Amino acid sequence: MRPEAVAAMVPFLTERFGNPSGSHGVARDARRAIDEARDRVADVIGCGPGEVVFTGGGTEGDNTAIGGAAAGRSVCPAAEHHAVLHAVERAGGTVVAVDALARVDLDALAAALGPDVAVVSVMAVNNEVGSVNDLAAVASVVRDRAPGALLHTDAVQAACWLDLRQLWPHVDLLSLSGHKFGGPKGVGVLAVREGSALEAIIVGGGQERERRSGTHNVPGIVALTEALALTDEQRVEENVRIGALRDRLVDRLTGSVPGVRETVPRTAKVAGSAHVMVEDVEGEALLFLLDRAGVCASAASSCASGAMEPSHVLAAMGIEPAWSGGAVRLSLGRTTADADVDRALDVFADVVPTLRSRMRPRVAP
Amino acid sequence: MNILVAMSGGVDSSVAAALLARAGHDVVGVTMRLWGGESDTGCCSVADVDDARRVAQQLGIDHVVFNFTDDFAAHVVEPYVDAHANGTTPNPCVECNRRIKFARLTERAALLGFDAVATGHYARIGRRDGRRTLERGADRAKDQSYVVHMLGQDELATTLFPVGEYADKDDVRQVAASLGLRTAAKPDSQDVCFITSTGGRPAFLGRRLSLHPARVVDSAGRRLGALPSVELVTVGQRKGLGLPGGGPKRYVLDVDRRSGTVIVGSDAELRRDALRAEDPTWVDGTVTGPVLVQCSAHGSAEPAQLTLVDGVVDVRWDEPQRRVAPGQAVVFYDVSDRYVLGGGVCAT
Repeated sequence: MRPEAVAAMVPFLTERFGNPSGSHGVARDARRAIDEARDRVADVIGCGPGEVVFTGGGTEGDNTAIGGAAAGRSVCPAAEHHAVLHAVERAGGTVVAVDALARVDLDALAAALGPDVAVVSVMAVNNEVGSVNDLAAVASVVRDRAPGALLHTDAVQAACWLDLRQLWPHVDLLSLSGHKFGGPKGVGVLAVREGSALEAIIVGGGQERERRSGTHNVPGIVALTEALALTDEQRVEENVRIGALRDRLVDRLTGSVPGVRETVPRTAKVAGSAHVMVEDVEGEALLFLLDRAGVCASAASSCASGAMEPSHVLAAMGIEPAWSGGAVRLSLGRTTADADVDRALDVFADVVPTLRSRMRPRVAP
Repeated sequence: MNILVAMSGGVDSSVAAALLARAGHDVVGVTMRLWGGESDTGCCSVADVDDARRVAQQLGIDHVVFNFTDDFAAHVVEPYVDAHANGTTPNPCVECNRRIKFARLTERAALLGFDAVATGHYARIGRRDGRRTLERGADRAKDQSYVVHMLGQDELATTLFPVGEYADKDDVRQVAASLGLRTAAKPDSQDVCFITSTGGRPAFLGRRLSLHPARVVDSAGRRLGALPSVELVTVGQRKGLGLPGGGPKRYVLDVDRRSGTVIVGSDAELRRDALRAEDPTWVDGTVTGPVLVQCSAHGSAEPAQLTLVDGVVDVRWDEPQRRVAPGQAVVFYDVSDRYVLGGGVCAT
C-alpha cells in the first residue's frame, strides 16, 4: 500500500471509529470522511459524487454489474476476468470472441447483441496480458445494436495507467479495486451512471443509496481514496518512468534468452505489463524456480487450491500450447526500480537455460 | 539433500515431511492437484490442500501446488473408464503411482533440481550389494509395497519412504501428535480419490460410458438372476450379485462383457492353476523360479513359480488360487516375503 493511504486509514481504525450510518457526533465525523472521499473519487473518475458506490472490491463491482442489471441477457468477451466471465456464464449469457491480442472482436460483439441484452461488460485493460480495449468503439457498437443495454467496464487494471475520465463517458458502469493502485484489499468502487436500472445484489440497511448495503468500511474507503487521488496525480510521470523500465525488461528478456517472446506488442497495452512466453518450458516449473530465486511472477490465475490453471485468456487469443504453457506475467508498478529489473533479468537469464538443460529431449510423437 | 515431499494432506505424508525437515534436509512440500471433477472434499480437494499447506507452515517449509489434472485424466481416469468398458478391473492407485507420482512428479522434481522425492508410503528402500531393494513396510498390516512395486533401480535411487520404517502406524500418529500436526487424527483415505462416496462407481461410470444389463448364470448356463450393469462386475466378486442368500457361497467366475453374461460358481470352480502377468516391471532385473505372489493391495502372498515367455510372466501357483480379475496388479515377492521383485498386470 501507499504509505499515505496507510496513514490515512489509521485514524479510522482508532479514534475516529464511528459508523457513518449513525446520527451522533462520532458517526457524523465518519460520515463526513465518506462524503469527502466520495467527492474525491468522483473527481478522478469524472462522474458525479452520487454516482460513486463503495464496494467490497473489484469482484463485487463486476458481479453487481452483471447480476444487478435488469432481466435480460448479459454479454462479455472471452478474455474477461473470471469475476465477469463466471457471472455471465452463470446467468446463461453470451461469451464472444477476442482477437489475437485479447481485445474484444467488435464484429463478434455486434453479432451477439440484440434488444434482449441487458448488460455488456468489456474490460478496459486485460489483467493477464495488459492489452487495452477501445471502449469508444465498443460503446458505439452497443448503442447501435443494444441501445437498452448497460455497458460496464472492469477498469480494475486500468486505474494506474489510463485516465478514467476518458473511459467514463463511454460506459454506464465502471469497477475499480483498491489494491490495484496502492490502496487496501477488500474495498472498491462501482461507478453507476445516474438513471441506470441497476439493482443491488447486497441488500440490508440501504447504504450507498440502496445500491450496496452493509456498514461502510470507513478506513478502507478513506485509504482507497487517498491512493486513487495520488495515482491520478502521478499517472502521467509514472507511465513514462515505468514504461521505460518495462521496455528495458522485455527487450532484454526477449533479446538475451532464446525462445522468449512478448505476448502482446507494447503499442497495444499498458506500461506496467510485461507478459512474455517461454517456449517449451512448463510454467509451474519456471515460476517455482523464479520464486525460489526471489522473483515473484505469476502466470494465469489460481484456483482455490493454489494450483495454476491454464490461462483462459491465452486460450482465447489462440496461443499455441507450446508457448502458452510457459507464460510469465511480470507486473511493474509504483515501487519498481531499476535494481528490481536488473535482478529479474539476472534470475531469468539463469533459470531458463537451467530448466532447458535439465529437460529430457522431447520425444517425437 | 534437497527433497520434494508429496503431501496429500494425510498423516503419513505429513510425518514424512516432518521427519525429513527434522533431519536437517532442505524440504519443500508439494500437493498435486490431480482431479478437476467432483470429489468428496470439494473443488480441487481444497480441504486436503489446506491441511497439507497448514502442516507445511507448522514445519516451516515451503509448500506448492502442482496442477497435474490433464495427466491424471489421460493416464489414470480415462484408462480406468476404458478398463470397465472392456470388462477388466483396473487398479487406479497403482497406475497413479506408475504414471503420475513416480513419473510426472519425479520428472518435475529433477527439473527443479531436487535430489529426491519423498512420499508417505509404507514401504522401505534398502541397499544390498550396491543395489537398491524395495521392501515391505515394517508394519505388515499397513504395508503399501504392492502399490509401489513398479519402481526400478533408477526410481529407487531418488525416492524416499520415511514412514516405511515405522513398525506400527500408531507410532506415526504419535509422531504427528507430538509435533502438534493438525493431521494427527485424520482418518486414512480408503477409496478411489476421484469417486464420491455418495455416487460411487455406478454414478461415476454411468456418466462416462453406457452401462449394460447382465444376465447372471451358473457354469451350466442356467439363469439365476440379473444385474443392472455388466461393467460394474468383477471376477471373484461375491457380494452384490442379487442372488438369494442361504445357499453355498457363489463367486463371479467370468464376465462376458459382449454378451452381457456373468457366470457364477463355487469357490472350487473359481480356483486356477496359473495366471499370466503382462507388461512386467522389475526392481532389479527379471526373476524366475519360486516366489510369493500377491494380487491385491492387502491380500496374502501365495507361493508360485515364475517363468518368462515372450515378455509375459507365467505364474504357476503351488496350490490352486482364486482367479484374479484381469487388469489387477500382480506383484512378486521373494520367498522370505520381504523383498519386492517386480510385478505385472493380470492378463485376460
